[in-house]
Amino acid sequence: MSQPSLSEALRGVVRRDLLLAMRRRSDVAMSVFFVVIVASLFPLGVGPEQAVLRMIASGVLWVTALLACLLSLGRLFTADYLDGVLEQTLLIPQPLAVLVVGKMFSHWVISGLPVVLLSPLLGLQFGLSGESLWVLTLSLLLGTPTLSMIGAIGAALTLGLRGSGLLVALLVLPLFIPVLIFGAGAVTSSLAGIGSEANLSLLGACFMLSLAFAPWATAVALRIALE
Amino acid sequence: MYETSGDVEKTFANRTTLKSSTLRQFFFFGPSGISPNMFQTVALSGSRGERQLFSDVSVTVKPGTLLAVVGENGSGKTSFLRMLCGLLSPDKGMILWQEKDIRQLKELYTAQLTYIGHLNGIKDELTPVENLNVSACLAGDESSGEIVQKALEAVGLGRSVHRLPTRVLSQGQKRRVALARLWLSTRPLWLLDEPFASLDTAATSYLTQRLQVHLSSGGMVVVATHQEIALPTDSVQYLRLTR
Amino acid sequence: MSTTGTNWFKYSSPQAFHPLAGRLIPWFAAAALGLSGIGLYMGFFVAPTDATQGDAYRIIFVHVPAAWMSMFLYVIMAVWAGIGLGLNARPSFMMAQAIAPTGALFTFLALLTGSMWGKPTWGAWWVWDARLTSELILLFQYIGIILLRSSIDDLRRADRASAVLALVGVINVPIIYFSVRWWNTLHQGASVSITAAPSMAGTMVTAMLIMTLAFWMYSFAVTLARMRCVIVERERQPSWGKPAAIPDVAEAR
Repeated sequence: MSQPSLSEALRGVVRRDLLLAMRRRSDVAMSVFFVVIVASLFPLGVGPEQAVLRMIASGVLWVTALLACLLSLGRLFTADYLDGVLEQTLLIPQPLAVLVVGKMFSHWVISGLPVVLLSPLLGLQFGLSGESLWVLTLSLLLGTPTLSMIGAIGAALTLGLRGSGLLVALLVLPLFIPVLIFGAGAVTSSLAGIGSEANLSLLGACFMLSLAFAPWATAVALRIALE
Repeated sequence: MYETSGDVEKTFANRTTLKSSTLRQFFFFGPSGISPNMFQTVALSGSRGERQLFSDVSVTVKPGTLLAVVGENGSGKTSFLRMLCGLLSPDKGMILWQEKDIRQLKELYTAQLTYIGHLNGIKDELTPVENLNVSACLAGDESSGEIVQKALEAVGLGRSVHRLPTRVLSQGQKRRVALARLWLSTRPLWLLDEPFASLDTAATSYLTQRLQVHLSSGGMVVVATHQEIALPTDSVQYLRLTR
Repeated sequence: MSTTGTNWFKYSSPQAFHPLAGRLIPWFAAAALGLSGIGLYMGFFVAPTDATQGDAYRIIFVHVPAAWMSMFLYVIMAVWAGIGLGLNARPSFMMAQAIAPTGALFTFLALLTGSMWGKPTWGAWWVWDARLTSELILLFQYIGIILLRSSIDDLRRADRASAVLALVGVINVPIIYFSVRWWNTLHQGASVSITAAPSMAGTMVTAMLIMTLAFWMYSFAVTLARMRCVIVERERQPSWGKPAAIPDVAEAR
């Protein structure tokens, strides 16, 4: 009847995931390269005219970040599910929702944070500058954790199912859309000179809302999946 | 209450086992000592999908005994064990820990058990030492480097494999890494699903010895198994799951 | 369909519900046909021509009730899902399963009729304004719930997973409702509200309410019919008699 404290358990979960990521550095690299390549496809397809690129920049970069998050959701729980670590996590005598936050956090550090750090460079590539560049980074900083959290619900619901990659996308994209609208809208409104506070605060609201509910919903979905 | 400090024999010296969590639970459960009705199921029925697995299973596991759940493949042994963990909900009936429903107790109950299922619950990319460190940390057990290494040695893994990534080990070696948690565990109830599978004779005897030590300190074990367990017959009871 | 009152609870068992539903369906279907006949007649012929939009606005008598139904049905489905999760009751999950396709249909109908209305009035088949976008999201949510259920083989897990998904998505319904108030976009604001007097002519409001009632009757009829199918699919008890209209489905599996 030894029991880890909440912070011990949380730290243990996060530390294990980050340690795994360091062993498989390709995971981090994959997110980064995906975003770079896909973002580069658009100037190649649309043409290099700066004015056009600047117009599509917010949408393109946001959709790319969204797709990168979507593609990495498979990594969130599946490996743990297959080797039995997930059922052990369910048996840790601490609230599962808190441990799930730990998993979401490490997932974001591995797949979301590199995108955020890379976004200024990509923004420059698309002709953004100054304030809009800063708004882009900030919107992604608020948005990518939100996407990780919402995506975790979908990942937990479809755990172990055949064709789960596509199914996760179908389940989770409707819930991603508001985040996309506010995030890209923040950059667009900053470019238009309107001011991005409205969109950014709505984005912040989405973040808070998902922090309040997504871990709990994910925990419920995980218990259902492991029955 | 599960009495520690002096009653539990550990394979390695200098391990303090009385922690503050123990004191908390002492006051919660009362100084009643080890109750004979520590762990029991009452009229437990389970099914998987539309298939009825077993019904009306009532069994009591007394401290110091091992319950061996036997049956052919597909008879519901794994589902039974998962119900005892709380991972699966039974169709009917309940499971009592110290005469309280485990669904009420939730985390207070899972803090009392160590479960090792079919899947090993270890990460292939980490070394056995790292895996055990994490498991111990997440179980609230002490996990200094020496203790972990001794646990791995106790289960028959020499120091040469301690720092290799687990994926290069054989199936049997991985199973031993998974089972090494039992040498670190201070929890009274052990739920093991086919622990002897993939083990050679040496490892089987190590595990049996460890189970014996655990039982003689008043612990309880529930094992799903095909094999005979070489333990004194008065500490083993058998349960055959019937539809 | 269980209300309070001791003698109603027996209908919460699938065996008893099945024949009851069978008896009720014809009544609801007749009511739906009758009411929609009246509503459409009033809407297309009796109600006056709109001052600004001419006769093109008449699609409203299908569009608005369909949109209302899409939102109501989602909330009701989510309520049944919540009850199922909370009480671990299989019939509640069956009810949620029966409602989903009808909800999706009404959402699609609302979007389709909205497009048909948008072309003459806004000049575009589709605009990305807040209400249309969130209604589109609602359609995706319905489809997601149906797809998730069909992807999971284990019945219990399918029930509970789609219930969780339904509950998580409930947040979209207030967004659809308030979107015209929060964002100043193309879709017109609320003309019918419970508290204020409607800003439309009397006959228009009446026709719309009759159509809404007709859609409700339709939903009841179709949901009950679907429930019967779901019950037969799940409850395959050889001892319980097969309904006459569906022979040998139970034994064929």
